[in-house]
Amino acid sequence: MIRFKVNRTERTYDGDPEMPLLWYLRDIAGFTGTKFGCGISLCGACTVHQNGDAVRSCSVSMKEVNGTSITTIEGISANGLHPVQKAWMEIKVPQCGYCQTGQIMQAIAFLNQNHNPNDQEIEQAMSGNLCRCGTYQRIRAAIHQAAKELA
Amino acid sequence: MINIQNFSRRKFLKRAFAAGTFVLGARLLPEPLWADASSAGPVVFQPDIFLGIASDGTITIVAHRSEMGCGSRTALPLVVADELDADWSKVKIDQAIGDPRYGEQDTDGSHSVRSFFDQMRQIGATGRVMLITAAARQWGVSEKECSTEPGFVVHKASARKLSYGELAAAAATLPVPRKEDVLLKNRSQWRYIGKDNALFDLPDIVTGHATFGMDAKMPGMVYASIEHPPVLGQKIKSYDDKEALKVRGVKQTLTINAFKPPHQFQPLGGVAVIADNTWAAFQGRKALKIDWDASPNSVYNSGQFRKTLESTARQPGKVVRNVGDVDAEFAKGGKIVEAGYYTPHLAHASMEPPVAVAEYRDGKVLAWAPTQNPQAVQETIAGVLGVKKEDVTCHVTLLGGGFGRKSKPDQVAEAAVLSKQLGKPVKVVWSREDDIQFDFFHSVAAMYLKAAIGPNGKPTAWLQRTVYPPIGSTFDVNAKYADDEMGLGWNNLPFDIPNHRAENGPADAHVRIGWLRSVANIYHAFAIHSFADELANAANRDSVQYLLELIGPPRIVPLQYTPEEQDEAKRYPLDTARLRHVVEIVAEKSGWGKHPSGNGHGFGIAAHRSFLTYVASVVEVEVDGKGQVQIPNVWTAVDAGTIVAPDNVRNQFEGAASFGASLALLSEITVTNGVVNQSNFSDYELVRMGSAPKHTSVYVVESDAPPAGVGEPGVPPFAPAFYNAIRAATGKRIREMPLSKTKLL
Repeated sequence: MIRFKVNRTERTYDGDPEMPLLWYLRDIAGFTGTKFGCGISLCGACTVHQNGDAVRSCSVSMKEVNGTSITTIEGISANGLHPVQKAWMEIKVPQCGYCQTGQIMQAIAFLNQNHNPNDQEIEQAMSGNLCRCGTYQRIRAAIHQAAKELA
Repeated sequence: MINIQNFSRRKFLKRAFAAGTFVLGARLLPEPLWADASSAGPVVFQPDIFLGIASDGTITIVAHRSEMGCGSRTALPLVVADELDADWSKVKIDQAIGDPRYGEQDTDGSHSVRSFFDQMRQIGATGRVMLITAAARQWGVSEKECSTEPGFVVHKASARKLSYGELAAAAATLPVPRKEDVLLKNRSQWRYIGKDNALFDLPDIVTGHATFGMDAKMPGMVYASIEHPPVLGQKIKSYDDKEALKVRGVKQTLTINAFKPPHQFQPLGGVAVIADNTWAAFQGRKALKIDWDASPNSVYNSGQFRKTLESTARQPGKVVRNVGDVDAEFAKGGKIVEAGYYTPHLAHASMEPPVAVAEYRDGKVLAWAPTQNPQAVQETIAGVLGVKKEDVTCHVTLLGGGFGRKSKPDQVAEAAVLSKQLGKPVKVVWSREDDIQFDFFHSVAAMYLKAAIGPNGKPTAWLQRTVYPPIGSTFDVNAKYADDEMGLGWNNLPFDIPNHRAENGPADAHVRIGWLRSVANIYHAFAIHSFADELANAANRDSVQYLLELIGPPRIVPLQYTPEEQDEAKRYPLDTARLRHVVEIVAEKSGWGKHPSGNGHGFGIAAHRSFLTYVASVVEVEVDGKGQVQIPNVWTAVDAGTIVAPDNVRNQFEGAASFGASLALLSEITVTNGVVNQSNFSDYELVRMGSAPKHTSVYVVESDAPPAGVGEPGVPPFAPAFYNAIRAATGKRIREMPLSKTKLL
């Protein structure tokens, strides 16, 4: 039996231990804010936090989730919007929006580590997150804005 | 022509709206699940839009176009709300199902706002007039004494006001005023049109609550993943699913018949693994053993095919536009410049791969899908399953990107076919590998251009020939010419050249060919604007000045229009003044000519009109000592006529620069023996934050002209402007996409 937390709630799982966290979250637990994009950690659409670190949930198996705490986009802002989400709204980042929850989860984990990032650091931190609509410029601007608010 | 009627008392709407709701429109509501279509009541006219006002003040506006990131689901309701003088915070948007009674619903060609702007204004304004009449009667005053503010009718003289909700029931009993009696706002009165409003779905998107196709569910559904034939047209000889069935969570396998040519949007065929969850279905697929038979498309090798295309491009083709006599001019024996250009297949690679949920029950189908074209879902499923089109109900989710791929609903048909076999709802999920290998690909293309140069360095004759497997091949196995696609940047060269001929040569398709954002404009703009820059270089002239001379004086370019295009020709003539204007804007904003090019630093320009919108881009590149390219800046000027949502327009053109950068720098689909070589973002690369243009400045021309396209027109100028910048920076002329094929150092 695999025991872990999703968004601060205790959970157990006794299915295929090789199943990626992504598909547990989406198909079994119903947290569909975490998106499937590539299945091999190349696009970042499935980014969630494991013990606070950004991970690609498509490449973390359920057995690796055992004993850890997972946060998804649904759990990031229990009391109102997170400053990163607010910045995303103010800058009006999204077009189709599909990759944006993964972008936001990546940005939050990054800003937790780096409170005052420069452009190059942002580019490096966000390089694993694809956006086919091409909203990169606004993502960078929103991260700067959120950094200011968090400071 | 719009015909607006008061639907408030029609029985079929009662299910969705509370009694007393003022329902105005020409529209049907999205039908609830498994609604009996026959209960939808008589349809007495061609519907266009739909608007309902409930007694609590909630305004419901039906969005009948799909939302894939271009913003039409927000923009069109904003237009209704503006003319209605509604409070935007009270507006609820209902997404339409697919139904021909809504008119055309294929969200492609950058035309949602263009085609529906006037109708949306009319219906909003009609609602406003009726609410005013209802209030005036209640107060016993003249309608002329009444005005509106968002959500209220106001009688200033007596300081009274009534909310739209309070007036809904009374308005619902009124006859619809004649069109002549409905006054539209003038532009200065617009509250929402032309202002920066956020996307309606923005809060849901940033919180993860937006429902994309990938998130659609039906009770009791199972998951399916399908192994498609590697080569187009292959059929299953035999297959072994023993190992697949051992995978935990896998329930069974099923086959899907191969399509009957032409393939259109029919399923490709293959073996489906049915499972409890997506992961198990994917795993089961890996354990399948399938023997495929032969297909004539196994001969397809894109490397060899390129040679065929290039050789065809050097032979006379079908003439699609002729001005003067290029041959006579070439025969004079003056200076000749010629060049060939090549672009590969591309995959759409929207972040959300194709996905759909469908249930077949008692001869009817219910589907939820991220589709650009819900009516094509109806038609395709009807054709494949032999049910009536009216018996297919297609709900449209948000689309995680579309770019033209999601106008083709083969995956929705797959879900319906499997559901019929299983007797339960099925969710079909394509992997990224499926998405890239089994796309309707952007066509591979070869272009040949030839010019005779006059004494002043300007061309006296310009011949251009394009050769590529046409999109028509998806609908007609014998299609070799791209007749319907010549308007995509080929039969409408806006240059002032006395002798000009445009031609199209034949080509066969061996993979599925389809629309990709901007379509043939991508390779046509690449060839034309690379060649224009080559001529400027050959004449030793400044590229911007030379381009302006090519465009020539302000004038309406005379073009041949088909009978169906006559209206468009009148409303949207090809006006070189507008094209010149966007060139001049980006030249000024980029500081063109003020920074010397060379030593790895350069600027390039291109200007292209597509989807009736005039766009010019200047791209700045920096090439380092290792040949690595950075794009510090892009300046784009846009004249798309009247703009509904300017910030969203800027976002679209910022994104178009990234989309353009992906195809100009990195992306390429190649085929060996009929099998696509690429499979995921590892080998089908897209720009990332570090390789995308660092900053794109978008200048939107203020214009009273009719609205034109926004989603696509930003893409075509990017690649030629970029390659022209590479030439300026390095001296190297790029004649094939993507840049990764060329060693810069």
